[in-house]
Amino acid sequence: MTYLAKPKLLRADAPRNTLGYTRRDYEGAISTLCAGCGHDSISAAVVQACFDLDIEPHKVAKLSGIGCSSKTPDYFLGASHGFNTTHGRMPSVLTGAALANRDLIYMGVSGDGDSASIGIGQFAHAMRRGVNMTYIVENNGVYGLTKGQFSATADKGSKSKRGVVNNDTPIDLVALALQLGASYVARSFSGDKEQLIPLIKGALRHRGPAFIDVISPCVTFNNHAGSTKSYDYVREHNDAVNRLDVILPRDQINTSYAPGELRRIVQHDGSILHLRKLDTDYDPSDRVGAMNHLQERHALGEIVTGLLYVDSSAEELHRHLNTVEKPLNQLGDAYLCPGSKALEALNAALR
Amino acid sequence: MLLMQQTVTGDRAHVKPTNIGAPDYFHKVVDCQWACPAHTPVPEYIRLIAAGHYSDAYMINWRSNVFPGILGRVCDRPCEPACRRGRVDKEPVAICRLKRVCADLKDDIQDRLPRAPEKKNGKRIACVGAGPASLTVARDLVSIGYQVTVFDSGAAPGGMMRSQIPKFRLPDSVIDEECSYIINLGVETHYNHWVNSLSEVLAEGWDAVFVGTGAPRGRDAEIPGRKEAAAHIQIGIDWLANVAFGHTTSISKRVIVLGGGNTAMDCCRSARRLGGEDVKVVVRSGFEEMKASPWEKEEAIHEGIPILNMLVPKEFVHDNGKLKGVLFEKVRAEYDAKGRRSLIPTGEPDELMECDEVLVAIGQENAFPWIEKDIGLEFDKWGMPVLDPETLQSTLPKVFFGGDAALGPKNIITAAAQGHAAAISIDLFCRGKKLQERPPPMVNLVSQKMGIHEWSYDNQVSEEERKKVPVKALEKTLKDIKLELELGFDPFMACAEAERCLNCDIETVFTVKTCIECDACVDICPTECITFTRNGEEDDLRGRLKAPAKNADQALYVSDALKTGRVMVKDENICLHCGMCAERCPTGAWDMQKFFLQCAEAGTEVRKT
Repeated sequence: MTYLAKPKLLRADAPRNTLGYTRRDYEGAISTLCAGCGHDSISAAVVQACFDLDIEPHKVAKLSGIGCSSKTPDYFLGASHGFNTTHGRMPSVLTGAALANRDLIYMGVSGDGDSASIGIGQFAHAMRRGVNMTYIVENNGVYGLTKGQFSATADKGSKSKRGVVNNDTPIDLVALALQLGASYVARSFSGDKEQLIPLIKGALRHRGPAFIDVISPCVTFNNHAGSTKSYDYVREHNDAVNRLDVILPRDQINTSYAPGELRRIVQHDGSILHLRKLDTDYDPSDRVGAMNHLQERHALGEIVTGLLYVDSSAEELHRHLNTVEKPLNQLGDAYLCPGSKALEALNAALR
Repeated sequence: MLLMQQTVTGDRAHVKPTNIGAPDYFHKVVDCQWACPAHTPVPEYIRLIAAGHYSDAYMINWRSNVFPGILGRVCDRPCEPACRRGRVDKEPVAICRLKRVCADLKDDIQDRLPRAPEKKNGKRIACVGAGPASLTVARDLVSIGYQVTVFDSGAAPGGMMRSQIPKFRLPDSVIDEECSYIINLGVETHYNHWVNSLSEVLAEGWDAVFVGTGAPRGRDAEIPGRKEAAAHIQIGIDWLANVAFGHTTSISKRVIVLGGGNTAMDCCRSARRLGGEDVKVVVRSGFEEMKASPWEKEEAIHEGIPILNMLVPKEFVHDNGKLKGVLFEKVRAEYDAKGRRSLIPTGEPDELMECDEVLVAIGQENAFPWIEKDIGLEFDKWGMPVLDPETLQSTLPKVFFGGDAALGPKNIITAAAQGHAAAISIDLFCRGKKLQERPPPMVNLVSQKMGIHEWSYDNQVSEEERKKVPVKALEKTLKDIKLELELGFDPFMACAEAERCLNCDIETVFTVKTCIECDACVDICPTECITFTRNGEEDDLRGRLKAPAKNADQALYVSDALKTGRVMVKDENICLHCGMCAERCPTGAWDMQKFFLQCAEAGTEVRKT
């Protein structure tokens, strides 16, 4: 791990997005995670995704809980809003923030401990309420901050660094998210940015709860033989169902595909998800089929990755609550508290 | 241009893994050292300056380039345009002026100098000329037991460094000091000695003769009026020599300097100091194409000297031999398909610029009137000796050339580099060895790791701007031609400037078998110069990198295939050598290792393989 900040020197031809920012403008503080931590790759993927989407950093709110994963929002989008909440409570704080100001892009960053153990109730309710957010779980199967005990997502039968076998049944957050009503569900691997970056981009442009489970090896405590969340194991057992490209309305489409090879999904904001099929039978609009596929493959020891389910017509919490278009935090006192006369009128109408 | 070897497997070509064991590979990454004709280990001495070890820094320079104090003031600095910092920052590191710092601030280094062996090897070498090339040959050979005798027409050693470079840029005291380090090793000297005949020299039975007589003839402007107004027209280098030795102490008020090279810059600035009030430089070419170094042009302009471009001298206008001015034709540049320039008159009326005196500094030529044409030493059609460019041996096996006399006028650092090469050749020749089998450089590669994030070099990249060398006030310096203009960096400025060096000699070394492909190095690299990807043809590979590698002169570092079948590709072009990849690497697959290359010197044995 390094203590030095990244030098600011740029190469002369460093690319800039339409806002005039370089990738470096989307970075945060220097990471204090262990060298080689998968989480740092996820941070880099978030940086790239936000750069590619021309997102204004001040339009993003990143919230997290407690844990190695929840430290990472400090390491990307240094110019965005951030809230490091209590353990497992990111979803409720984020829900509150999203209700108060619907204009921001909400990104919840959590880990397997934060979301599958202490915060599992919070996770479940954020999904079922349809909070408009991108929920990223950086999933390494261990409690890295407390020296590598199994977390609730560790596979049954997998071994700890010291050789202890895990006997508990794992929680599959992807399966839960599907069941609980997430409208964009994906799984990826921190070591495969080509897959991960478009998945994050698609999630950021999705309306409704978008959940991405990212297997992110813990190099210090869970990257050994016997682990099912090591770099080697995930690479060997990665079963990607599709490859995603996110096409913005401004983009030119240059590539051509054979018939049947591509699935095109238009999201509410006009962005297009191009899904190149790797598994021809897989249908990402079939929620039940997705759940079955996951179970079948998991039984074979495979890790299914890709965009597993998407419902581009999904609605989100503000619509369910029928809130006004204007962010609640921008409504003035006079509007929020119209006075005793208005109250009397209201009461009279109900009498 | 493709730098890498490619192999074909099946029908797809791919780049072979880089052989970092080849001395040239990492040497090229140290751009400054690679660009330096004498291959001075630049980052190594800059680090020593930052640490305040000025004498150590001086000795590293002295070994490679022989004249650190002189070169720290007047070197052509091919290292600076090459400096990697210039690719990621506004300006390169002030390498040249840092060299001056170690010369200025060093302690007495007398006892660090080599001592000539008491017992000589019996071989006697004559050096004709006492300029930088000859003195380098003398130093290299005397230190290993040769008896070297130097002949020079001047009263003191130094050659053109003493006669042509104005004292306000290079004071005599510096020349005296650095020449004495060599002469005092036990070089026999014959000053005020004009060598008239090479065959006479050869008849004296030397084991080898080195010719380092420079390019002593200034080119003349042969246009109408030249003869008639001769009293008011002078050849630049001859005039500079007269100024240097105090024979010329004044000049007319209105002076035109013809020419756009560094000699022209020295002429105009000297003229300003000797009483020239209206001094201008007039050049045929455009400002950008001028041969003078950018900083020398800047300094002339700083001293109130206009540089006028695209003007071809047509005639010296005079009134019965009394110069009235120079008539210039206005031209513009046109380039043909091959990029060759021709100057086309614009058709505007010619311009008469009035002046009282003209200095002609339009080039230098070699002249060897003292070398007989019938002694077996061949010259080419341009009047230059026929030489092997590597060994610098002439067609007369005993006679070697170096400096401006060898391959045409260049600069001091090239002369020193050629002096080293000639000394190696002379040594091999005297020992009856093959001149082509030259000793290789000494190369070392050592890890700099001291802890998890501790390195034995300061890997924090300074974000400071290039420091400007403080100068004395113009009104003072323009009054005294011997007053050195620049003050040089003080220790604090020197340290700050030294910290700007990116330590390009601390190399990123990659080990395939320990890499777990976690991407940590890719994510942390500030200039995005590391990519893990499938192999391919070099052009294709360059385009597919995270930051496309557009500078084909800079190599790609390509690893063997990794576990996933991909390769690690690093574009050396923009690496900051900050070591973050190595700090972020969980398995130590990246290491920062110091590459040190010292060129062979005369006397180095060729290793038996």
